[in-house]
Amino acid sequence: MSRRGDDGRIALRHGAGGPAMRALVSSLFARGAPRELPGGGIGLGALDDGAALRVGDRWLVFTTDGHVVDPPFFPGGDIGRLAVCGAVNDLAMMGATEVLGLSLCVMLEEGHPREQIERIQASIEAACREAETRVLCGDTKVLGRGDLDGVVLSSAAIGFVRKGRAPVRDCTLRPGDEILVSGTVGDHGMAVMARRHELACGPEEELRSDVAPLNGLVEAALAAGGESVVAMKDPTRGGVASALAEMATKSGVGILLEEEQLPVRPAVRAACELLGVDPLQVANEGKALFGVRPEQSDAVLAALHAHTLGKHARRIGRCLAEHAGSLILDTGFGRRLVQEADGELLPRIC
Amino acid sequence: MKSPLEFRDPERARRLLDALAHLTQDRERDPISVMHVCGSHEQAVARFGLRAALPPGLDLIMGPGCPVCVTDCPEIDEAVALARAGLRVATYGDMLRVPGSGPSLADVAAEGARVDVVYSVTQAAELARRCDEEIVFFASGFETTAVATAALLEGGPPENLSVLSAHKYIPPAMEIVVEMPGSRVQGFLAAGHAATITGWGVFEPFVARQRRPVVVAGFEPLDILAALVALVGLVRAGTPRVVNAFRRCVTREGNRNAQATLWRVFELVGGRWRGIARVPNGNLRLRPAFAAHDARRRHARLLAARAPLPAAPLLRECRCGEIMAGLATPSDCRLFGRECVPAEPVGACMVSNEGTCRIWHQYGGHPRLAVSASCSTRAQRGAGGCSESARR
Amino acid sequence: MCLGVPGRVVEIDGLVATVDFFGVCRTVSLQIVDEPVAPGDYVLNHVGFAIRRIPPEEIGETLALYERLIELAAQDDPLLADLHSEIEAAGRPPGRSDEESA
Repeated sequence: MSRRGDDGRIALRHGAGGPAMRALVSSLFARGAPRELPGGGIGLGALDDGAALRVGDRWLVFTTDGHVVDPPFFPGGDIGRLAVCGAVNDLAMMGATEVLGLSLCVMLEEGHPREQIERIQASIEAACREAETRVLCGDTKVLGRGDLDGVVLSSAAIGFVRKGRAPVRDCTLRPGDEILVSGTVGDHGMAVMARRHELACGPEEELRSDVAPLNGLVEAALAAGGESVVAMKDPTRGGVASALAEMATKSGVGILLEEEQLPVRPAVRAACELLGVDPLQVANEGKALFGVRPEQSDAVLAALHAHTLGKHARRIGRCLAEHAGSLILDTGFGRRLVQEADGELLPRIC
Repeated sequence: MKSPLEFRDPERARRLLDALAHLTQDRERDPISVMHVCGSHEQAVARFGLRAALPPGLDLIMGPGCPVCVTDCPEIDEAVALARAGLRVATYGDMLRVPGSGPSLADVAAEGARVDVVYSVTQAAELARRCDEEIVFFASGFETTAVATAALLEGGPPENLSVLSAHKYIPPAMEIVVEMPGSRVQGFLAAGHAATITGWGVFEPFVARQRRPVVVAGFEPLDILAALVALVGLVRAGTPRVVNAFRRCVTREGNRNAQATLWRVFELVGGRWRGIARVPNGNLRLRPAFAAHDARRRHARLLAARAPLPAAPLLRECRCGEIMAGLATPSDCRLFGRECVPAEPVGACMVSNEGTCRIWHQYGGHPRLAVSASCSTRAQRGAGGCSESARR
Repeated sequence: MCLGVPGRVVEIDGLVATVDFFGVCRTVSLQIVDEPVAPGDYVLNHVGFAIRRIPPEEIGETLALYERLIELAAQDDPLLADLHSEIEAAGRPPGRSDEESA
């Protein structure tokens, strides 16, 4: 409860992917929910990317995702593509690369142009083809003008983990494990922010969202690394900082990151400098973080490089026994702790 | 793709750090204490991990240079009152979450007030042009930012835009800090961007009176480290003078055009800075000629009608002022880490990303981010340098 | 003291410049900068206003200055006392003095 006398109100930071959101979810939506399900499955209490249920001799993973993005169309994608990829990637982060299908709940504001909805649907279909899956069921609602902001999409997805494998968690890092990222960071969040703050780019540089389905890439990584891939998470809201902070805290390890190894596109770096934003805190929608046992990290890295979506994959850090729960960044000049953004990213002036 | 304007070569940084270590090697038990007065300096120091790399014989204190931190509660309360009264308030992102005597603008936005975050005063003006309603721009920031507000007001602002000025002027605060009993500050890093406007000449009277050196510094890692080398050298030699180490942007006279604009629109008045009590001639207020766009005059009735907010009881125990003046550390404050944490800040030093308390909370005190374990495996793979070495 | 970002002017339209900041462009007002600015110049931007034209020759001299400081620090203290004139001497072309020497 807030001390300042404004108890009991939801604030924007509760949706920002950081500590406030985790606190809200664990104290409210997941309260009392078991971490482990009968039969060894992963339940809501684990607050992982999805739930895992034993079905016959395989693991079924189930997840859901909601999308409200302003603007709904941005360079590199749109809300439809986000809805598909968000759910597919949550499954992939648990190791469920065979996506059985999605459900899609569409909520529309009265007066919204039909042409835009058709564009969104075309995106949804294209993303499903890339992920080798389909929408199986859905629901549609229309709310009055002003009662909803344009379009809200909510997707759920179910998928199988390959036979013989177990779901991949996010709490199983050990000191010495290495952290890999599948590609450049900050692309999605900066593409959206750039639209909002009217940043234009030269023809050589472009701020584009990276939104993409990752199940194929993850399959390649798991095929190469097997059980050495001990943890995965996608750095969506809250960026790499939030995702790694969560993994470090759940695993009880510290993580040391090397800033020089972090892949950041020049346009993203420039936009971050301009707005006073840390690329580690910016959302990604087509990237994955892997925790890998050191003996196999070269093999996993090679497998990522061989895939279209993993060309810029890098080893960016390693896990420590000390500083448990903390992320330390070696800047090349010194060291600092990496903070999680506690709310929406705001451009700084000072 | 490096810009020629980046001064971030780690090799030169290492040598500058070695120079600092050399200059302060006999000062471990009695460190040389210097202060910077700029939020962006603190941001750069924190971002590049410089504090963890500075030698133990050098203490770099953050002074009252974060405008978010020194905006006084009544000023925030005014903005909050106008937002609650139904006016649309535009603010820089930095100020959004700072609590006044009561709620912050973010808090009242959650209650239903309309608060817009803008990157520039120009954006606030564009907002005003796009709609018919009254827009109040909550103008925080030091003189560098005030110049932008002044330029907008001189350039024909939209009729429905008014400015609630919380702008401040930094040089008088340096005097206050130095004169505080118990002050240990031996030299100052002056803010390079403010000096771009005011010129480095404004520090000459200060140096003559206070007999402490001032080095004007830029914001790249090499700028800061080099300025520290110059400053430590001057402190050791006992030489009180102004040195300009940010020559590519700062001259003695500064930007006369910007100064003229600033002083045509604003005048200096005394006022309170949060936690520092009274600073004579440190607040920038709109001159009478701009009354039509002065939110305090335009919305005087609304401001007068509001219910006064009782000062939050915890604020009385807040030691941000002493911390900003370098007289206390966050751990000296009873509230630090208990009632006052980033998610529930009492004083502004905990709200702002650049606030000393916030940074200490992240670091757990003075940063010691030592990491054990060997780097040999990584070195063999050639996967980038291992940078433990002698750096603690 | 507040976020000031340097960039290169791409084009100018009256008092508004399009400036390239490390590859990303943004418009900036030239209302308060104190010198004439032309495409190709570097400017320092703060909250949407150019506050200074950065003379290109100063950029190179900055590095020379830092090298000199490193050298001085390694030597004896007496030289550091004369730091001010050392900084003045480092890279300042003869005959130019918009800075007073104390």
